[in-house]
Amino acid sequence: MGSKTHNAMGWLFVLPVVVLVAFNAIIPLMAVVNYSVQETFGNNMFFFEGVKWFEQVLHSDRFHASLGRQLMFSGIVLAIEVPLGVAIALAMPRRGPWVSVCLVLMALPLLIPWNVVGAMWNIFALPDIGMLGRLLNDLGINYNYTQQPISAWATLIAMDVWHWTSLVVLLAYAGLSAIPDAYYQAAKIDGASSWAVFRYIQLPKMKRVLTIAILLRFMDSFNIHTEPFVLTGGGPGNATTLLSIDLVKIALGQFDLGPAAAMSIIYFLIILLLSWIFYVVMTRDEEH
Amino acid sequence: MRKLGWLVPALYILFLLLPIYWLVSMSFKTTNEILGAFTLWPKKFTLENYQKIFTDPTWYNGYINSLIYVVINTVISVLVALPAAYAFSRYRFLGDKHLFFWLLTNRMAPAAVFALPFFQLYSAIGLFDTHIAVALAHCLFNIPLAVWILEGFMSSVPRQLDETAYLDGYGFWRFFGKIFVPTIAAGIGVAAFFCFMFSWVELLLAKTLTSVAAKPIAATMTRTASSSGYELGLLAAAGTLTIIPGAFVIYFVRNYIAKGFALGRV
Amino acid sequence: MATISLHNIEHSYLARPRGPEDWALKRLDLEWLDGGAYALLGPSGCGKTTLLNIISGLVRPTEGKVLFDGIDLTDRPTDRRHIAQVFQFPVVYDTMTVWENLAFPLRNRRLPRAEIEQKVAAIADMLDLSGMLNKRAAGLTADGKQKISLGRGLVRSDVNVVMFDEPLTVIDPHLKWQLRSKLKELHQRTRRTMIYVTHDQTEALTFADKVVVMHEGSVVQIGSPLELFERPRHTFVGHFIGSPGMNVLPCAVDGGAVLFAGQRVAVEKPPTAAIGGRRTEIGVRPEFVTLAQAGIPVSIVKVSDAGRFRIVEARHGDDRIKLLVEQGVAVPADTAHVRFDPAHTRLYADGQLLE
Repeated sequence: MGSKTHNAMGWLFVLPVVVLVAFNAIIPLMAVVNYSVQETFGNNMFFFEGVKWFEQVLHSDRFHASLGRQLMFSGIVLAIEVPLGVAIALAMPRRGPWVSVCLVLMALPLLIPWNVVGAMWNIFALPDIGMLGRLLNDLGINYNYTQQPISAWATLIAMDVWHWTSLVVLLAYAGLSAIPDAYYQAAKIDGASSWAVFRYIQLPKMKRVLTIAILLRFMDSFNIHTEPFVLTGGGPGNATTLLSIDLVKIALGQFDLGPAAAMSIIYFLIILLLSWIFYVVMTRDEEH
Repeated sequence: MRKLGWLVPALYILFLLLPIYWLVSMSFKTTNEILGAFTLWPKKFTLENYQKIFTDPTWYNGYINSLIYVVINTVISVLVALPAAYAFSRYRFLGDKHLFFWLLTNRMAPAAVFALPFFQLYSAIGLFDTHIAVALAHCLFNIPLAVWILEGFMSSVPRQLDETAYLDGYGFWRFFGKIFVPTIAAGIGVAAFFCFMFSWVELLLAKTLTSVAAKPIAATMTRTASSSGYELGLLAAAGTLTIIPGAFVIYFVRNYIAKGFALGRV
Repeated sequence: MATISLHNIEHSYLARPRGPEDWALKRLDLEWLDGGAYALLGPSGCGKTTLLNIISGLVRPTEGKVLFDGIDLTDRPTDRRHIAQVFQFPVVYDTMTVWENLAFPLRNRRLPRAEIEQKVAAIADMLDLSGMLNKRAAGLTADGKQKISLGRGLVRSDVNVVMFDEPLTVIDPHLKWQLRSKLKELHQRTRRTMIYVTHDQTEALTFADKVVVMHEGSVVQIGSPLELFERPRHTFVGHFIGSPGMNVLPCAVDGGAVLFAGQRVAVEKPPTAAIGGRRTEIGVRPEFVTLAQAGIPVSIVKVSDAGRFRIVEARHGDDRIKLLVEQGVAVPADTAHVRFDPAHTRLYADGQLLE
């Protein structure tokens, strides 16, 4: 791969990116931090409260419960979507007329606005008037996601897998297409089995692309709000109340800006920490 | 075993198409029929939902507005991400690793956190209710994504390519345009599609930063949930129509995404 | 170890080729003897990589047969032909160490552990890689990685032929000669058949015992480097080989005399049979063109310095003549006369040497 050259010109290249992103990031960040350390009694009067909100959030059972559900949700969908996406990318045709067909059809779920996704699955899975709901019940399964927590979870996960696996597929497929022919030829000459080709050529060469896919899915699934909100509203009860839903309930429902902001920051820090760990692990052996 | 390889993508696509069929069939039903009983095929096939959308300016303008700011955003994001990704891939400079990670952190916070501050920021600079405002705001999460994807693809191109080109007398920009960009075509295709997609479906910020002139389709659609109850038929029709521009985009970049394969690779 | 024969090979990449330009390889028959060091030399697009891939089995020829020791292997896949190939850029398994890379082909063939260790050690020693066996392959320089690619081919004892497809392309210029010498040395030691594809004549002429020159899908000449230099059978060969290449000048033939610039030119083999309407040319290398008091009048265009000698570019009418002049010899400024050494001036009709 070669090594990087030390070049301060690099900053010139990244300047437009930094300017555009920082412009959008810094000011809101300051606003949020501001809220998180103050108390308001309405009337736009703020009082500095230090770390009170942070402590309150971190010690709250409600927060722990939402966090637990969120971790479980993200864990499950990642475990399904990443391997499934890679497997599909490996099985997809590489050339010919079917390539276009496959790519376009697979991209469709990604393009539907998230409130529509939630709404359509909402009806789709209803036991009486929905295609899926009716099918399952006709097959003898007692399925009602509006009342049963397990069914609600299953539906939520099915919806997310349906919605987002294609993202992994597209990334993995593009990554696969970037592997030069010579590697496959050399593997043939060396007498390697298909499994060996996957393990020693395809998987290593897809590492970067997979890192992006995993990080992306992790962050987006951790932040997920609209789809589950429209699907179950967080219910039944609070069975599917993930972190984001809870956060919005607190912020808008109870208008507790202080705790909401503090929770946002903690929320953000959790994602940051887990992403950073993952990022370091995946790129650890790339020092040039 | 090889022979049945096509079965996997086929089953997956079938799985994807079922809810989409459901969506499309809902778009041809009246809301009453949707909520009344389960029907596999519209019992009373109707085009009224689509009629509403095509005749009401607030509806079809929504599509046009969304299209405008999404295209602006995609173009900006990919264009500024290309040199940045190149720098991250080829150069070492002070703070590069941290900067790279910092970019990603901008995607880590839920959009809700930014809603109010963005509203204040963009109003303050007089860009409220413009396409450019939404395009710029979406840069927050699209540029980092584009940089990350492009960097990933650039890093798998050996440096010898750059060096050979310089030896052959290419200037930097000519090398970049004529040699490098085609080599990472798959990355560009994916990055462009994802920028388009994430910007197209983003609801909260687009709604917050606009009111009338630049109102996106996503915002118009939320109207269906408030005024006359939940107009599912209309929502389904609107949703079906939102798929179409994106389908065009992926069709357009399909050759980029499979570029490596098209070049005769296994 | 085998003799490889190519019978009536023709290849087109198109499903329905029409004219000759649709054929990447025109009809050819070739034999590669066991243990030989061959080079396949030609400009880009002449079909040499196609030919290589046909031998290795990565491409199935449209027509013709590939035989290893008389056995028809045309339909046999690459991994059953017992060949090895080194590609233009290094192909190594990044996640494995150098040792694991070298052992990989042997492990896939389920050889016993002790034998694997012995073979890998032997090859690593030959390639000067013994000190790096435990390093991760991804960390090596380009030439190190190419050595690994080469090593994976040599480590198997059942290899019939080792093929190189422009292997020095990504190697640093100052390391190229090192790797080239190593390849030559390895050929002497292992006595495996080696076929080296390149567009660089230096690589071809220094490595091979026999060079196969290709042009536009056909084999133009096969011979030792000396033969190709001294007696090019085709004007293309004369022009392509040597730096600078051979002078090819149009001439007329009248009876038994060859005329250029209105003067009689002595050639090595005067024409005996009738020429007919064919295009006639004389070919003479710049090494065998000298400045003289009388002879063919030329005007001097340019004098370039090439180290030990100088290259003089002269013109006669529309024809350009190059000659080599030693350092210290005076070159006239405007006009001069040149003469061609008859023993090294050859006559070509329609590009082919007249013998």
